[in-house]
Amino acid sequence: MSIKAQVAMVMNLDKCIGCHTCSVTCKNTWTNRIGAEYMYYNNVETKPGLGYPKRWEDQEERKGGWTLRKGELVLRGGSAAKRLLNLFYNPDLPEIDDYGAPWTYDYSTVIDSPPTDHLPVARPRSHLTGEPIDQPDWGPNWEDDLAGAPERCRFDPDMRGIERQVQFAFEQTFMFYLPRICEHCLNPSCVASCPSGAIYKRQEDGIVLVDEEACRGWRYCVSGCPYKKVYFNWRTYKAEKCTFCYPRIEAGMPTICSETCVGRLRYLGVLLYDADRVKEAASAEREQDLVRSQLSLFLDPRDPKVIERARADGINEAWLKAAQASPVYKLAVTWGIALPLHPEFRTLPMVWYIPPLSPMLEPLEAKGSLDAAEVLPAIDAMRIPQEYLANLLSAGDTAVIRRVLIKLAAMRMQMRRRMLGLPEDPGYLEAAGLTADDVEQMVRLLAIAKYNDRYVIPTARREGNPNVALAQGAASFDELIPPEGLLTRARERRPQP
Amino acid sequence: MDVFLWIIYPYITLTLLVVGLFFRYSTDPMGWTSKSSELLEKRQLRVASPLFHWGILAVFAGHVAGLLIPKEFYNAIGVGQEAYHFVAVAGGRITGIAALIGLFLLIVRRLSVKRVLLSTSTSDLVALLALVVTVGLGMGITGVYDWLFGAYHYRSTIGPWIRGILVLHPNIALMRGVPFIFKLHIVAAFTFFAISPWTRLVHIWTFPFGYLRRAPIQYRIRYGLRPVRRKQGLDPDPE
Repeated sequence: MSIKAQVAMVMNLDKCIGCHTCSVTCKNTWTNRIGAEYMYYNNVETKPGLGYPKRWEDQEERKGGWTLRKGELVLRGGSAAKRLLNLFYNPDLPEIDDYGAPWTYDYSTVIDSPPTDHLPVARPRSHLTGEPIDQPDWGPNWEDDLAGAPERCRFDPDMRGIERQVQFAFEQTFMFYLPRICEHCLNPSCVASCPSGAIYKRQEDGIVLVDEEACRGWRYCVSGCPYKKVYFNWRTYKAEKCTFCYPRIEAGMPTICSETCVGRLRYLGVLLYDADRVKEAASAEREQDLVRSQLSLFLDPRDPKVIERARADGINEAWLKAAQASPVYKLAVTWGIALPLHPEFRTLPMVWYIPPLSPMLEPLEAKGSLDAAEVLPAIDAMRIPQEYLANLLSAGDTAVIRRVLIKLAAMRMQMRRRMLGLPEDPGYLEAAGLTADDVEQMVRLLAIAKYNDRYVIPTARREGNPNVALAQGAASFDELIPPEGLLTRARERRPQP
Repeated sequence: MDVFLWIIYPYITLTLLVVGLFFRYSTDPMGWTSKSSELLEKRQLRVASPLFHWGILAVFAGHVAGLLIPKEFYNAIGVGQEAYHFVAVAGGRITGIAALIGLFLLIVRRLSVKRVLLSTSTSDLVALLALVVTVGLGMGITGVYDWLFGAYHYRSTIGPWIRGILVLHPNIALMRGVPFIFKLHIVAAFTFFAISPWTRLVHIWTFPFGYLRRAPIQYRIRYGLRPVRRKQGLDPDPE
């Protein structure tokens, strides 16, 4: 056993209102640069839909992530030798149009317009060529709130197996939002795909980063990532990706997407995992076993043996304490209500999701019933098909989704009964496998969601750094801190882009 | 003039190459990339890029076989002048034409696709020009000179001269009487190597062979955080 720590995230999809505040603040922080216009380290997709880039979830087509070949875990994109032979043309790389070729608007025609009879119009203009685009037909968040769903949603890869059952008639439609960032996986396929060894996982907090100075622009990380969360900058010709706002995390602050989340649906906390068993866990034979095998990697931070071992592996008391108070550990491991996104990609993702509980109270309230015996069967008749959520979060295993939804429903109904002064119904706790204390704590974390409960982030360890003063302010994306001497002067002379 | 062309110029260009690579590596690591435009345009690149790159790699292998490996080696393994020349010219023509067509397609793509054209820098154009001149002259030798004037025995002149350059004992006498087009090709090639560190051509020098041997998942740890338990013997670990 060798213990590493990771700062992981959970998002509660029940609370996402699709306001895109996370995307906007992320963009303003990290990607408002030339060459990065099309990138959204954080984007919010409306599901069902094709996504960003189009059909990123279909790995038959996109060739991201891992697969088992004769029981052996291999990259779906092929062997290392094959990648080197294909270095001059990556057949699996998406084109910029699959994400949405970037454009801006001629705002000056509106601002500088003299009084006219007709409203002046700001024309869209391509960021790549400067030419006007008169009929944009795809772009970031093109499918917001099911736009174009009747024509396109049949092609959503998560619809497999339920195409017939789901009708895109207005009255029967369903939707929810899926905010997405880099998963900072335990078994990252982008890292394994990089011929230059420029992408790496940090041992101390699990954040996956691109070493911009070592990147040679071979582009295999982009196609190797099944979530398509590594992007290729068309101006710097290098790969870049979500940094998990590491400068903030190191300072003990939540990522900017979490900090500004209006719905307060994001949670950040430390998980301890056994790094020696990562490959074994990713190699589970049945895809449906992957959630369980990934969970088996996480170690109980209160177990004295784990604590002793973690200390020996260089994890300090602040990190152990944070791991013991981790909201992510409670949501994913203790209560098991958060699930990994597309576990079947076998990258062991570390941004987990609490599935949305569709609106279910109203039809029941009409009947006036709050009894477990009447409410719980309604889980199976929800508007969002369990199969759809299962394709998204549990490799198609609907039993897992059902178990989570029952827990969420039980929590809500127990609290509702309490509010209405009704006696608690033991049927709920029994069906959900929770104790009254669990429900109490879940409500505190999910509904009250205090800032300090949602984000439990220890500050980064600096004691080993011989040059702390020099490292201060060295978090800029463009220019890492320059070494002193001759090289500094050469860099200073170089014109800033 | 001969001294300049066949001793001074090669060493100037080779120095520019070596010093240039070190200088750029340490001062401009952000610029060290293959400058792929695949994200902007895929369809034309699909044929053009592999055609050019594999063609030029094969051409390079041909140059190694013809210039760096001495004639005596071939004689010793029983490959005569006739056989050598036949393979060299046939192989050179096929791979050279592949590289040249690929290069032509890449230029057409760069000029015709507006997004690619607009992301083109002056150094990209210089690199393309250097390639066109060098590869064009090379094809002039295998494709035209050889066809008009017959085989030129460069393995007795240019071959030993270039090996002399590499072991720091150049012999100018070998280069006297070498046909003009060969001389042009040689000068163009040295110029090409000299400019390579300063353009996108820098990616030639960075082919990631190490990828085949390294562990798939790369971890890094901040300076000073590495656990020291094994050294101190705190934990007799069975691993």
